[in-house]
Amino acid sequence: MKKLILSIQLLLAAVFASAQETVYPAGKQTETITITNATIHVGNGTVISNGFITFENGKIKAVGQTAPASGGKVIDAKGKHVYPGLILSSSQLGLVEVNSVRATIDHTEIGLYNPNIRSIVAYNTDSKVIGTLRSNGILFANVVPQGGTISGSSTVVQLDAWNWEDAIYKADGQMHINMPSLLPRPSRFGGFGGGAETRSSADRVKEALAEVENIKDFFREAKVYLKETTHSKTNLKYEATKALFEKKQKLFVHCDIVKEMLVAVDFAKEFGFDVVIVGGSESWQIADLLKLNNIAVILAQRHALPTMTDDDVDLPYKSATYLQDAGVLYAINDEDGQTRGRNLPFNAGTAAAYGITKEQALTAITLNAAKILGIDNVTGSLEVGKDANIVISEGDILDMKSSIVTTVFIQGRQSSLDDKHKQLNERYKYKYGIK
Amino acid sequence: MRKLVLFAWLLFLTITTRAQETFPVNGVAEPKASCYAFTNATIVKDAATSISNASMIIRDGKITAIGTAISIPADAMVIDCKGKFIYPSFIDLYADYGMPVAQRTQGGFNFNAPAQLASNQKGAYGWNQAIRTDVQGVQIFTADNVKAKALRESGFGAALAHQRDGIARGTGVFVTLADTKENKTIIKEKAAAHYSFSKGTSMQSYPSSIMGSISLLRQTYLDAQWYKNNPLAEGVNLTLKYWNEQQNLPQIFEANDKWAVVRADKIGDEFGVQFIMKAGGNEYQRITDMAGTKATFILPLNYPAAMDIEDPHDARFVSLTDMKHWEMAPANAAMFEKAGINFVLTTSDLRDPRQFLTNLRKAMEYGLSESKAMEALTKVPATLLGVYDVVGSLDAGKLANFLITSGPIFSEKTTIYQNWVQGEKYSVKDELWNDVKGVYNLTVNTPGGAKTFTLDVKNSTTATVIGKDTLTGRFTFDGKQVRLNFPEAKGSRNNIRLSGIANDNLWSGVGDDVNGNRFTWTAVYSKETMVKADSTRSKAPVKIGSVTYPFNGYGYTEMPKQETILIKNATVWTNEKEGILQNTDVLIKNGKITAIGKNLSDAGAKVIDGSGKHVTAGIIDEHSHIAAASINEGGQSVTSEVRIADNLNPDDINIYRQLSGGVTSSHILHGSANTIGGQTQLIKLRWGANDEGLKFQNWPGYIKFALGENVKRTSSQQNNRFPDTRMGVSQVLIDAFTRARDYEAAWKKFDEEKKKNPKATAPRRDLELDALVEILNKKRFITCHSYVQSEITDMIRVADRFGFTLNTFTHILEGYKVADKMKAHGANASTFSDWWNYKMEVVDAIPYNANLMQKVGVNVAINSDDAEMARHLNHEAAKSVKYGSMSEEDALKMVTLNPSKMLRVDDRVGSIKVGKDADIVLWSDHPLSIYAKAEKTIVDGIVYYDREKDKQLRVDIAKERARLMAKMIGEKRSGMPTVPFAPSMEIMHTCSDHNHSHGLLVVDADELNQNSNQ
Repeated sequence: MKKLILSIQLLLAAVFASAQETVYPAGKQTETITITNATIHVGNGTVISNGFITFENGKIKAVGQTAPASGGKVIDAKGKHVYPGLILSSSQLGLVEVNSVRATIDHTEIGLYNPNIRSIVAYNTDSKVIGTLRSNGILFANVVPQGGTISGSSTVVQLDAWNWEDAIYKADGQMHINMPSLLPRPSRFGGFGGGAETRSSADRVKEALAEVENIKDFFREAKVYLKETTHSKTNLKYEATKALFEKKQKLFVHCDIVKEMLVAVDFAKEFGFDVVIVGGSESWQIADLLKLNNIAVILAQRHALPTMTDDDVDLPYKSATYLQDAGVLYAINDEDGQTRGRNLPFNAGTAAAYGITKEQALTAITLNAAKILGIDNVTGSLEVGKDANIVISEGDILDMKSSIVTTVFIQGRQSSLDDKHKQLNERYKYKYGIK
Repeated sequence: MRKLVLFAWLLFLTITTRAQETFPVNGVAEPKASCYAFTNATIVKDAATSISNASMIIRDGKITAIGTAISIPADAMVIDCKGKFIYPSFIDLYADYGMPVAQRTQGGFNFNAPAQLASNQKGAYGWNQAIRTDVQGVQIFTADNVKAKALRESGFGAALAHQRDGIARGTGVFVTLADTKENKTIIKEKAAAHYSFSKGTSMQSYPSSIMGSISLLRQTYLDAQWYKNNPLAEGVNLTLKYWNEQQNLPQIFEANDKWAVVRADKIGDEFGVQFIMKAGGNEYQRITDMAGTKATFILPLNYPAAMDIEDPHDARFVSLTDMKHWEMAPANAAMFEKAGINFVLTTSDLRDPRQFLTNLRKAMEYGLSESKAMEALTKVPATLLGVYDVVGSLDAGKLANFLITSGPIFSEKTTIYQNWVQGEKYSVKDELWNDVKGVYNLTVNTPGGAKTFTLDVKNSTTATVIGKDTLTGRFTFDGKQVRLNFPEAKGSRNNIRLSGIANDNLWSGVGDDVNGNRFTWTAVYSKETMVKADSTRSKAPVKIGSVTYPFNGYGYTEMPKQETILIKNATVWTNEKEGILQNTDVLIKNGKITAIGKNLSDAGAKVIDGSGKHVTAGIIDEHSHIAAASINEGGQSVTSEVRIADNLNPDDINIYRQLSGGVTSSHILHGSANTIGGQTQLIKLRWGANDEGLKFQNWPGYIKFALGENVKRTSSQQNNRFPDTRMGVSQVLIDAFTRARDYEAAWKKFDEEKKKNPKATAPRRDLELDALVEILNKKRFITCHSYVQSEITDMIRVADRFGFTLNTFTHILEGYKVADKMKAHGANASTFSDWWNYKMEVVDAIPYNANLMQKVGVNVAINSDDAEMARHLNHEAAKSVKYGSMSEEDALKMVTLNPSKMLRVDDRVGSIKVGKDADIVLWSDHPLSIYAKAEKTIVDGIVYYDREKDKQLRVDIAKERARLMAKMIGEKRSGMPTVPFAPSMEIMHTCSDHNHSHGLLVVDADELNQNSNQ
């Protein structure tokens, strides 16, 4: 009898472990759902212990301490933690499947100035990576194109969709530019056998500054072009900057060192753009200036080495603290090419271990990210009226030993937490008879 | 004093080159007497002997007599050197002189292009193009008067010249710096043999790393020995023949770096060779290790220039290491002297050899003594080359190679007048030979009548004219011509311009004034000028920072000591059957764990309160690439001869960074560029130790193998290195072990035969096969980079076929698919927690891998393969609690006990057990928690990382940086030359198949190598 039960279980496991192709995006929320008895991390710093959250038609209806007796489904989350859906603020999700296989790469276009490029049209909702992120509570990603100097516009997607049009959460909200490097590299830096670089380091900084001027000229020309409403010859690139000038789009400047960030600030001043710095490994040095100029920062993954051998060995872990203390709006990101973004909560957790509070760390991957991406009116925190983007975890989501996500809702839809990895796990548990 | 003896004669002396006998004369034979007597000089014969008022006789280019009471031959030209000094001229063993620059040929090794796998040198030479013993400096030497002149002006008279190209560079020729036919300048045709770690212009794929260069040298020593028996199979191998011929010469190794010196010395020790080490300038950073080599050093005097870091943005990117080196480099020679290490000095590495004396004086300001400098420039180099009977001092019978100077050679005011090479004079500052100083009565015969002035000449460019007032004029004297321009009276616009010729004590000439009047003038010497005491300002002693070990901000000025430490009331994760013990004490003493229990006490112990804290065994990283100078020898598919241990880099900051994450041991692996990579090295993170000090003692050898995409060079579009498929990888393995088995049999046969016939010929010793034989005999163990199940299974079958166990599969991301086979074979697994999908062979990688393998019964470790991730391996282990619900104890074991087992050191590390090494970590929190920080990391009972002390270190670093930045900026403001700022880059070695996030200034070593070879 015992054997029979086991084999039935195994059979079920085998059925469950079918291909990912039968994992379906969730349909619309049909019944009211209330999660009760949970520790609710609102995302704005507030924690409600033994709280509840009710959502209906995809929107949060009520959040609080005592659950009202309302109909619908009740999920008892006793001992569990409830979070807003985590947001990956800058990512190549769905634009690349396998980093080393060229055929699977769609994030880098040819050409220096490509403001007309739109990442969303290449976003692959069937990427095997997406499920692994959902499994860790990451429900949104900003899908960013990479190439050239002006890379194009990015779109925020929700991670449970049939196709890219379904996936759009906020379309084309950001224009991306890659700041030319103002860090002079040594003119000669020998590897084994030695290599020679013909240009001097000073020349290269000069070239980079000239390039910055070229970018500005591009926007100056675009601005003039946009003053006319009709054109005998349409310039698609200039047209593509319209939303930026109208402040319907933010300018995301990818850069790391202080001089580059100051140039980014300059873009904000000259063109009135809403500038966000992406990367910002050295932003801790100019936190007050960034605050003064209202420049937000998306910090590159914190699991990184310090810039200098002399630096505090924990500096990347601590740098969020400097931004927090100065009042800069910042998000924490995870763009790791090997783990593919799934460690976002742990990058925030590390920042919490080295200075900021746990709730501040959570805000850096939820509400702050939503603010920076212009989606805080609909998500980023568990507040009434916002979309029901909810994650339930066994324990502290920022700490890997307890970060076990059991349930997620995207716009009130309970999404599958199955993914390729779980399926392969089941397949081989079956092979080895592991329960 | 005022005698201008023989001045005119000297002026007209022509430097004629007398052709040697075999050369026909075009014109009239013009034999000349060539005997000179230098009299009344202060002669410094050598560093120890100075004779005043002495004379020296030279004839036919050689010194015939020297001393105070010698007779002057009748046919000698007498040169009065009163007030002057004569020194032996200097010898440079590493001059850039007389050699053609080797040109790089087509071909080469590039990850993305076809490799040049064989030598493209034509002729009966050896297999590797970087072994260039066929280059004989004497055959390609051409005298080069432009370069010779620059060297002569710095006081040099002879130099050793060799072609700086290749790992073995053939022989150097010792020559004088005379401007004459080469035939006459050669002192010693083959004076030294030269080596380096750089393969130079060779574009052959092997070696592509420092450890490859080391292996090539070691194998060549063995091959050359074997070749002495003229093995039939080899035929004629001129490369080895010349190698053997060159072994009796002085052996000079261009190391150019402190650790390279240590590496070269170890090769020397192995083969009974004492190298003379060409240094690079950073050797003072490890002076004890330098002394340990017992080598004589050739020290360059190239100091880094101050950088322009006035812009604080720029200053941010200059490391303390670079600034400290800028400050301390001039002290290098002085530190060698203080340490009692023998050395010579060279103009090598200077942009212009004319900087030499200036830089030498700087070395003296930093403590180098004059007598040591003198020896290092004369006797020591001559003795090294066995030519002290020819050059290196002023003694009868030696070459007439000497300098005539105005004073002590090393003092700032001294002028070298003449540099004589082989009895021929070369003017350096001959025009200053005549001491023009003095007070003269100047008479100017103007139309208005003779006007008299007093002319006080201070030196050849400064003079004052004294009439009613003291007038400042422009004065020049070039040895013969005098020019003077001065106002008639103070404030007058009527300038008098004089020009004339100095003729002993009487000067005369013509002049004019602003009105165009022309007139004559004379000046007659009257008396000595009033000279202020020699302006050898006593300079303030130079203040410099101190050497730290390693040479960066986190280094120690004094190494930390072993302590007796008692940690009280901690939660102790024993990794033993006792499990996790609450409120428990741990006592460590003499580097070992001596007691675990409650209420322990030890009178001498430093007590640490462990309340609320956790104690675990130190983390062991099974797969790391830190602390090495090179990681990948990708030149061939089988490179079992190369050894990570040969090129450890104890300066790597990542040692300290990883201590801060609780790591105490790291297994430093060869990369994955080829199927059979190199021998690995287990180290303990003894920050500050030297390369030997890092090694985990009494550890059996391991070796890195690799399978899959990297070894078949998937990223290359034009791979021509076998194998190109996993099918081929399998054959590389089978072939290598088959050759190893046959090789072993050949040696066994020889050992038998030798008993009967002592003259039996030994097989060629092959370092590559030696390592493989060790594997077959279970004396060396494999860590095999592997991903997909097909290759894992095949590797197991190859091991089965040859009767050994594949010790560890590393990466092993599809290990979960064949965990049963691994278990049956007895292999260990060392994997990443959650990496996947960055290349095709990892698309099925899952974070449940570790847990599944562990559940099947495989011994599993979590490794980093990454300098960043190694700082939080405890968190990586914790991910198995999340992915697969592994128990917390088991998860922690994956980064402590389990790796110690697979590395065969679990008898000493990996758990908290009495008797084991005191390699432990005190954590602020539950060790698997993201909030846990290592507060103290202890190795062998020594606290190498202490979070509290780290705070102080950062304060010190900030202070030291500020001091040095101010000093560097001061240098610029005081008008000293500066160079543009360059950021201090950090080289990082990786497996070359992923790019985890490193710092901004990190340069990937593999990318570097690719670029440099394109």
